[in-house]
Amino acid sequence: MIVPLAMTLYFSSVRYNLMQPGEHAFVGLENFEYFVTDPGFGPAVANTLLLLGSVIAATVVLGIGLALLVHEPFPGRGIVRVLLISPFFVMPTVNALLWKHMMMNPIYGVLAQLWRFFGATPVDWLTEHPLFSVIVMISWQWLPFACLIFITSLQSLDREQLEAARMDGANALQRCWYLVLPHLARPVAVVVMIEMIFLMSVFAEIYTTTGGGPGHASTNVAFLIYTQALLSFDVGVASAGALFAVLLANVAAVFLIRLIGKNLDR
Amino acid sequence: MSAYRTKRLPPALVARTLGAWAAALVVFFPLLWLGLTAFKTELQAIAVPPQLVFEPTLENFTEVQARSDYLKHAGNSAVTSIVSTLLGLAIAAPAAYSMAFFRTRRTRDLLMWMLSTKMMPAVGALVPIYVLAQTAGLLDTLSGLTIVFTLSNLPLLVWMLYSCFKDIPPDILEAARMDGATLWREFRHVVLPLSAGGFASSGLLCLVLAWNEAFWSLNLSSAQAGTLATLIASYSSPEGLFWAKLSAASLLAIAPIVVFGWFSQKQLVQGLTFGAVK
Repeated sequence: MIVPLAMTLYFSSVRYNLMQPGEHAFVGLENFEYFVTDPGFGPAVANTLLLLGSVIAATVVLGIGLALLVHEPFPGRGIVRVLLISPFFVMPTVNALLWKHMMMNPIYGVLAQLWRFFGATPVDWLTEHPLFSVIVMISWQWLPFACLIFITSLQSLDREQLEAARMDGANALQRCWYLVLPHLARPVAVVVMIEMIFLMSVFAEIYTTTGGGPGHASTNVAFLIYTQALLSFDVGVASAGALFAVLLANVAAVFLIRLIGKNLDR
Repeated sequence: MSAYRTKRLPPALVARTLGAWAAALVVFFPLLWLGLTAFKTELQAIAVPPQLVFEPTLENFTEVQARSDYLKHAGNSAVTSIVSTLLGLAIAAPAAYSMAFFRTRRTRDLLMWMLSTKMMPAVGALVPIYVLAQTAGLLDTLSGLTIVFTLSNLPLLVWMLYSCFKDIPPDILEAARMDGATLWREFRHVVLPLSAGGFASSGLLCLVLAWNEAFWSLNLSSAQAGTLATLIASYSSPEGLFWAKLSAASLLAIAPIVVFGWFSQKQLVQGLTFGAVK
C-alpha cells in the first residue's frame, strides 16, 4: 500500500509523460494545477458525487421496500430471494455490456421494444442520458446487496414488540415508521458505508458503456484519471489526480466516521 | 379445489406473493434475457419483436471456446481468485487478531484509514503498480495478478475478520492462556473454531470480488494470465459485435460465480454486515 502511494506522490511532482521519455523535471504542484483546471474536472467531481448519492438513495429505498415485501413467508420465497440477489454476483463488465446492448440499445434493446409496444419513441439511453444509464446499471447491481442486508436485519426485529404495538392500535404505517425503520438505521449505515467504498471508484461500467462521454457527461474522477494516465500518457498529471482522489476518499472517510462511525461501534 | 384454496388465502398474502414475484422477475429479467439470448442464433437475437419461443442452439458456446479458449480463462480466474483469497486470509488473520485482542487507541483510526485506501480509484495506483510489476517481471503472470488481488482485498478482509474476532469473549482467551496455551495453540483451538463462520463469509466475499475484478486483469494481463473479465472485454469492441456470442460468453463467465453465490448466500450475509447487523 505504502510503496505505490509513495511512488504516486513522487510522480505527481515531476513532469512525466510517456511520450517524452527521459525528462523528469521537478515541477512542484504544476500537475495538480493541470488536473484541477482540466475542463473535465468539475463535471467529474460532480458526477462522482451524483452517482454516489443517487445509487445509495435508490438502493436503500428500493432495498427496504423489497426487504419488507419478502420478509414475511409466502409461496416461493426461497426462489424469489435467489432471483433478487443474483445481480450482485454479476461481473461489472458483463453488467455493462448486458445493459448497453440487450436492454438499452435504441433499436433492438428490450427497453426500446417496450417503449414501441406502448407507442412511445424509443430512447437512446446511453447518448441521451449517459449518467442516468450508468446509475441504473450500478443500482441494479447493488440493490441485491442492500436488500440482502435489510432482510437479515429484519429477521432480528422483535416480534413481540410489533404485536404489542398492534394491540395498542398502531396501524401498519405507524408500526413501520416507529418500529421497523428505526431498527433499520444501523444496517442502512452499513450499506451506505460499503457502497461508498466501492462506488467512489466505479470504472468498468463507464469504460465499457459510455467511455465517459459524450463530452464529460458521464466521466467520474476515476475515469478522468484513467484518461490522463493512459490516453494522454501523462503520468504526472494522472498521479496528481490520484492523490486528489485519495484526498476525496479521506474526506469522505472522516465524514463517514462522524456520521455513522458511532453507529457501528458497540 | 382452486376456488377453495383462494378462499382460504388471505388477500394480504396473495398481494404479497404477487408483488414479491413481480419484483423478483423484474430484477432478474436482464439475466434471464442474457441466458435466453445465449441459446439463440445471431438473427434471432436481434429480431424485432423479440422471440420468446425458439429452437435453442449450442453453437454460440462452441464458438466462444474455439475463438478464445474459454477454459483457459476460466482456469485463470479460478486460480487467481482462490489463491488470492487463501493468501489474503492468511495475511489478514494475524493482523486482525492483534488488532482485536491487543487494542490501542489508534486501532480504530488505523482500520478507518485502511478502509479509506479502498475508496481510492484503482487507476490512481495503476502506474506505480504497473511499473513495479514490470520491474519484477510479473506482468501478465498469474502470480502477479494474484498478488494484486490479494492486496486489493486485504483492507476489507482485515476489517471483516477484526469485527468477527471482536465478538469472541476475551475471558475465553484468558482462560486458555492461564492453562498455558501457546499463541499458536490459542489461535488454532480457540479463535479459529469460534470464528469459522466469519472466515467462511470473508473468504466468500473475497472470492466473488476477485472473480469479478476487471480493472487489474484488463491492465496487467493479456494473453497468458487473462481472466474471464479480459475475455468478456474482448467482446466489447463495436466491430464483430455478435449479441448471441457475447451472451454465451457472458453467461459462461458469470454462471460459476452466480451459482456459487446462490448456495452461499446465508454465509455471505453474515460476513457482509461486518457483524454490525444482528
